[in-house]
Amino acid sequence: MAGSASIPSTPFLKDELDIVIPTIRNLDFLEMWRPYFQPYHLIIVQDGDPSKTIKVPEGFDYELYNRNDINRILGPKASCISFKDSACRCFGYMVSKKKYIFTIDDDCFVAKDPSGKEINALEQHIKNLLAPSTPFFFNTLYDPFREGVDFVRGYPFSLREGVATAVSHGLWLNIPDYDAPTQLVKPRERNTRYVDAVLTIPKGTLFPMCGMNLAFDRELIGPAMYFGLMGDGQPIGRYDDMWAGWCTKVICDHLGLGVKTGLPYIWHSKASNPFVNLKKEYNGIFWQEELIPFFQSAVLSKDCTTVQKCYIELSKQVREKLGKIDPYFNKLADAMVTWIEAWDELNPSGAAAEKPNGTAK
Amino acid sequence: MSLNIKDNEVDIVIAALRSDLTAFMEKWRPFFSRFHLIIIKDPDMEEDLQIPPGFDHQVFTKSDMAQILGATSINFSGHSCRYFGYLISRKKYIISIDDDCLPARDNTGTLVDAVAQHIVNLKTPATPFFFNTLYDPFCKGADFVRGYPFSLRNGVECALSCGLWLNIADYDAPTQVVKPNERNVRYVDAVMTVPVRAMMPMSGINIGFNRELLGPALLPGLRLAGEGKQRWETMEDIWCGMCAKVVCDHLGLGVKSGLPYVWRGDGVDVKGAMESLKREWEGVKLMEEVAPFFQSVRLPRTAVTAEDCVIEMAAMVKEQLGPLNPVFAGAADAMLEWVKLWKAAGSQGA
Repeated sequence: MAGSASIPSTPFLKDELDIVIPTIRNLDFLEMWRPYFQPYHLIIVQDGDPSKTIKVPEGFDYELYNRNDINRILGPKASCISFKDSACRCFGYMVSKKKYIFTIDDDCFVAKDPSGKEINALEQHIKNLLAPSTPFFFNTLYDPFREGVDFVRGYPFSLREGVATAVSHGLWLNIPDYDAPTQLVKPRERNTRYVDAVLTIPKGTLFPMCGMNLAFDRELIGPAMYFGLMGDGQPIGRYDDMWAGWCTKVICDHLGLGVKTGLPYIWHSKASNPFVNLKKEYNGIFWQEELIPFFQSAVLSKDCTTVQKCYIELSKQVREKLGKIDPYFNKLADAMVTWIEAWDELNPSGAAAEKPNGTAK
Repeated sequence: MSLNIKDNEVDIVIAALRSDLTAFMEKWRPFFSRFHLIIIKDPDMEEDLQIPPGFDHQVFTKSDMAQILGATSINFSGHSCRYFGYLISRKKYIISIDDDCLPARDNTGTLVDAVAQHIVNLKTPATPFFFNTLYDPFCKGADFVRGYPFSLRNGVECALSCGLWLNIADYDAPTQVVKPNERNVRYVDAVMTVPVRAMMPMSGINIGFNRELLGPALLPGLRLAGEGKQRWETMEDIWCGMCAKVVCDHLGLGVKSGLPYVWRGDGVDVKGAMESLKREWEGVKLMEEVAPFFQSVRLPRTAVTAEDCVIEMAAMVKEQLGPLNPVFAGAADAMLEWVKLWKAAGSQGA
């Protein structure tokens, strides 16, 4: 059952990393991950009906929060945490006390690399987070800190130290993360291409951040990982991670932090119903046409030296510039502020680490 | 290949820095033979070229170049001789590969048709305005991911395709000295668009480009005082790539990086690398000025062709970098001279 599980020579970080899992069904998938996850503490965020009992497989060290817990802990501020959407997972980020977070969906399993070896996704994420990023100049051989590769000729030496990595965005074999229209057109498409690369997304470039297989440095960027208002009672769904990703990238670019994408792969087993998805995404598909230019042109002032300050500033811009698209964005701007207030309440002092402003470029 | 590649759309330009091209061309024969080859002999090389039969090709030597160009301040010796090939070509696409590179094998052990891959890269759209996490969305078996704006899914025309190298990677001299035994064995099965405004070092070892769109920007500008015949002793392609990327970003064209791979070289001459450190140190220091300069270049709206862009950039280089080092003033002059030659070559007709 353990397969050819590699014993990581990378630091375990077992006391520094929490695994956050949103679930509404069950946690059977954890059995396959056991060799890799068992050393770590899990934070389970139970969505949906709080009276249902979610059984956690034996032997895992975990804390579990359902909607009642969220309401109890946050009081009126619980309004910022989505219901009936995996966006609720960000509650797990808020209550964690660890430096690193790894979040994974409950329909994601251990993948195999082309040699047939099982992929220790958590180990790869840790490697990604512990090695610097290189957002200011693109290295054509991808991550220069990986074994067997380096910076190429012409790469400025002054940029070879890199910057701290805040986010590690992993990918998916089998069911790719397509939107509903693409799923409808290509229901049989499977991602079978294993691209053996990790790369830093350049500064100034936005990307669609998928929350299925994601790790980040909570101390560096945690407050930016708000997954928005989605699901029950909201006009939009399946844009939670997208929203968090755009906010996070703008803030990382501002603060001089790095975002990586690529390895590790997980095996995504479940294709959700494309018709249901289409209804959820519908507004998002139109709204993102306005959202992208908004984020692409967002400028944060030099006074924004912490993630929280950046985020509050962004929320003001959301209200000012996106409020006219739909009243939803005013609600979202409010929720962004509530989120930061809740974050600071649960993570008092020391958490608002001052980060020097990145060199203005 | 699902794309229809017309033989008469492509020229393969080879800079011959070694006289015996037999092994090189035999190995590439399956992929080169249907296309026209323009072979430029390094003006510094005395020996005659040895070229195996069966290729549709033209060879240009120092005297040919002098006759066609007349007097010019541009120095076409060494790796820069290939630019002459770009100048006289009349084709839409140019593929250029260093003469110490052979076809690579992919992860299935199949020989890679680097020429075809470059052309596929150039004929399919690029996506510079938003990063697709599954890389090239036009590749079979891939697509745009959730969250990718629909209005950006048409993409833009790809003007430049930068390939990679297995075995001896394109490292600078200091890295070669520190890691003489490192070999690039990782075949990364992806092509991706380099996002707009992201700078990258373009290696001239294995490239393809749309000559009609970008030709004037693929130029021999920066020549190191101690430029040599080894790649790690040159910066001409790095400079050229920075110019090309700025032009592409300004004109809304795409630059791709990734596949195809070629198999490069036999070994690393560590002693040679250490000696060239003295010379290349110059190049390494220059990059420190070059990178911030290119990152800050903003071209006027009136620059609507690659030629316009190069002329504007030449003036900026002269003004901002010229005072820092005479090599930059030389580059600015070369850029203007190149546009002049380009226009003259264009007016000569096919």
